[in-house]
Amino acid sequence: MTIALAGNANVGKSVLFNQLTGSSQIIGNWPGKTVERAVGTLNFEGQKITVVDLPGIYSFSTFSMEELVSREYIALENPDVVVNVIDASVLERNLFFTLQLIEMGTPLVICLNQVDAAKRKGMTIDRKKLEKMLGVPVVPTVAIRGEGIYELTKTAVEVARKNYKNRKAEAPVKYGAEIEERINKLDQAIQAGNLQLRYPSRWVAIKLLENDPEIKKLVASKSGNLIRTSEALAAEISSIHNEPCFAVMAYERYSLASKTALEVLQKSEVKTTISETLDWITTHRAIGYLTSAGVLVGLLLWTFTAGNFLSGLLSGALSFLEPVDPKVSGPILTVLWNGIFGGLVAGITLIIPFVIPFYLLLAMIEDSGILTRVAFMMDSAMHKIGLHGKAIIPLILGYGCNVPAIHSTRIMETRRERLLAAFAITFAPCAARTIVILGLVSVFVGIEWALALYAIDIILIFVLGRIALKIVPGKSTGLIMEMHAFKVPSLSVVAKQTWTRTKSIIYMVFPIYIVGSAAVQALYAFGVLEPVSNAMSLLTVTWLGLPAIAGTLLIFGAIRKEFILLALVAIYGATDLTLFLTPVQLTVLAFIGMIYIPCLATVAALAKEFGWKAAIVISASNLASAILVGGIVSRLLSLVL
Amino acid sequence: MSNKSVEDYLKAFYLLSRNGKSVTTTDISQHFAIAPASVTEMLKKLADRGYIEYSPYHGGVLTDKGLQIAEKVARKHRLLERFLHDVLKMGDNTVHKEACEMEHALSDEAEESLCRFLKHPDKCPDDGKIIPPCDLQFSSCEECIAIHRKGLEEVGKRRQNLVSIIHLKEGFQGRICFIRGEHKVLQRLLDMGLTPGTCIDIVRVAPLGGPIEVSVRDSKLALGQDIASNVFVDVSSEILSERRFRRRRRGWTDRSN
Repeated sequence: MTIALAGNANVGKSVLFNQLTGSSQIIGNWPGKTVERAVGTLNFEGQKITVVDLPGIYSFSTFSMEELVSREYIALENPDVVVNVIDASVLERNLFFTLQLIEMGTPLVICLNQVDAAKRKGMTIDRKKLEKMLGVPVVPTVAIRGEGIYELTKTAVEVARKNYKNRKAEAPVKYGAEIEERINKLDQAIQAGNLQLRYPSRWVAIKLLENDPEIKKLVASKSGNLIRTSEALAAEISSIHNEPCFAVMAYERYSLASKTALEVLQKSEVKTTISETLDWITTHRAIGYLTSAGVLVGLLLWTFTAGNFLSGLLSGALSFLEPVDPKVSGPILTVLWNGIFGGLVAGITLIIPFVIPFYLLLAMIEDSGILTRVAFMMDSAMHKIGLHGKAIIPLILGYGCNVPAIHSTRIMETRRERLLAAFAITFAPCAARTIVILGLVSVFVGIEWALALYAIDIILIFVLGRIALKIVPGKSTGLIMEMHAFKVPSLSVVAKQTWTRTKSIIYMVFPIYIVGSAAVQALYAFGVLEPVSNAMSLLTVTWLGLPAIAGTLLIFGAIRKEFILLALVAIYGATDLTLFLTPVQLTVLAFIGMIYIPCLATVAALAKEFGWKAAIVISASNLASAILVGGIVSRLLSLVL
Repeated sequence: MSNKSVEDYLKAFYLLSRNGKSVTTTDISQHFAIAPASVTEMLKKLADRGYIEYSPYHGGVLTDKGLQIAEKVARKHRLLERFLHDVLKMGDNTVHKEACEMEHALSDEAEESLCRFLKHPDKCPDDGKIIPPCDLQFSSCEECIAIHRKGLEEVGKRRQNLVSIIHLKEGFQGRICFIRGEHKVLQRLLDMGLTPGTCIDIVRVAPLGGPIEVSVRDSKLALGQDIASNVFVDVSSEILSERRFRRRRRGWTDRSN
């Protein structure tokens, strides 16, 4: 049995999905987190049920990837039941989509989610009446707290097994008589044509009248006559209403949604909520910018200080384990063992302490809803680099990890905008690069210099974004974004999210650290690294003013950015790096490490989203700007440091 | 008093009025670089014809009748600028002067044809001012394209004065009457609930040409400046309470940018 979750963006589909399946899909308070459908399983009273989480959409009009994905899934894969998740406090707008689901004729259950938030806004919904009007079972839930989940599952299973007695809807999805007449005419023509379309015929008729490009293409491939009929009928409707047919259909659907909402919704006045006060602060014309900047700077400062503190604790606790001096000579086993051990200790003391606080705060930021406010405030600035405000969301996520950030560029409308956003993201220093900056600069040079690197980086993103805009010309689309209410971040969600992300570092990345660290030490011991480093010395030593070994560091760093730090520790033997490198060299190395190339995983993500050509061009421009700006930074820093 | 000079004066009022304040004789005399005395004379004549409300020392405010003419001239002017700039490739500094002459001679029919020919442009080329929407009773440009095949005669004239929502201030309300823009944007806005006839509240306006947050059908939406500037509302309908009405009068008249 298959249950599909569908609904508007940010209504709690993924929260429900996690509750049902025990998965850890990324959730947060901003639209567009789920970019591809996620699949999980649920055991309900001895039955194995597949649950599918679909991306959030507002209609079935296929202007975006998500809409097409969801529509094709529901229409063609025939899930046994669709659970339409609705934000109870935005009933009317959500019902617009519900009506389209009803139109599709799929077995449906409505999950009236976030009823607690609606109540706080003074809205109560008459569930029985809504059920009666739509002829669809309605279950109120508070998914985040697991309330109503059992009843919802039970109802969904009943509907899927066809045990649920569906009453006839009191307010069926019917258009005006003049439109109905034409829908029926077209419907009959489609049925008579016997086209094997797999979509319900009435629905195809409606989509044809709405001039839906995909459906039109599909039908045109089978019968040109039908297209002509539908165009003639659509023209009749638009001449009756003096409006294009698709707009007429949208009004009619909305007036039905509005009528239904009016019947079942009771509103009472409430005092200004905390959420509204926060709204005022975060979007105020002056204070709003400060809060936007505060979010980013706060995230970094918190990571620096909390990370330093934890790192100190952990290295204190592990100090008896720390290898005193690295073995770069001697029997191979000793060298390898030493390298493995060094990698493990460095991972625990240098990586984990910084990653956990970072992910913790990032999860809180994501869950609170402040990201959409930052997007609102930054819209005009983002227009300067050919993007709109929404692009700031993947960009900020890029400070966590570039890979999911690049996938989440799908919240942008066109390929060109996704590409521009992805280009900017590769310059956003992810958690791994933050660790390098922290380990090299903040610890040994000073926290202000670390922050200065971030400032340079932001300027760089802006300047390169302008250049990229010149290279990829085209029209930018405008911002249309729903502003969801603020939420107090849920502790369990934040904890779970942090753990999921940290876990992936421990399970997937730690083995690479250990193997990599052993390999670096072994290669160094056997003198393999020197020729490589020397070959690159013109660049690293002459132009960038770094020690010769930097060449090797950068090659390893291309796999994962932390390797720059780990390899340095493996080669020189932890503790005090100032013995081997000057402050200028540390800062320049961190800067180069920050932007010189996206790590392998990021390049792969770029290639997956945009093709290899784009991935290579983006990587090459990263490298070029790193070399150019790195040399300048090196010379400027020598004057002051 | 020639038609041309009436139109020029009303257009000047249209451009100079800010935040609903009266336009003074000095403002006008500086705008045209002519003596205040002859301006005062002209303003009295305009008031006699019912185009402006004039009071000595304070200056004048456009009446609905005057506003309609002023918007029409501004629309013709900006459409012509687009044509001269985009099609004839004339320089930025010459299109304005050229359009100032041509605007008075352009018939309404030519104006509509020009708008369709230029694919319903939204801003003028030299300083990015919004081109006022046409005075035909359309709720979107798509409609104009659809209806055009059978002729425009049946389409009635709009009675309301339309205002772009970017010229409304925070806390004001209007009823959506017209959305300009390509099919994709229109469809997206319709899907989000911004259908013509719907009430829309301005919640917040971001500074520096940023987006506008509106409240529609219980949901809050952020609309970028480009999109918001093409959503026009009617502020003269009776849906609004008296209190709002008074606040509104002061609120919406800044249409200079």
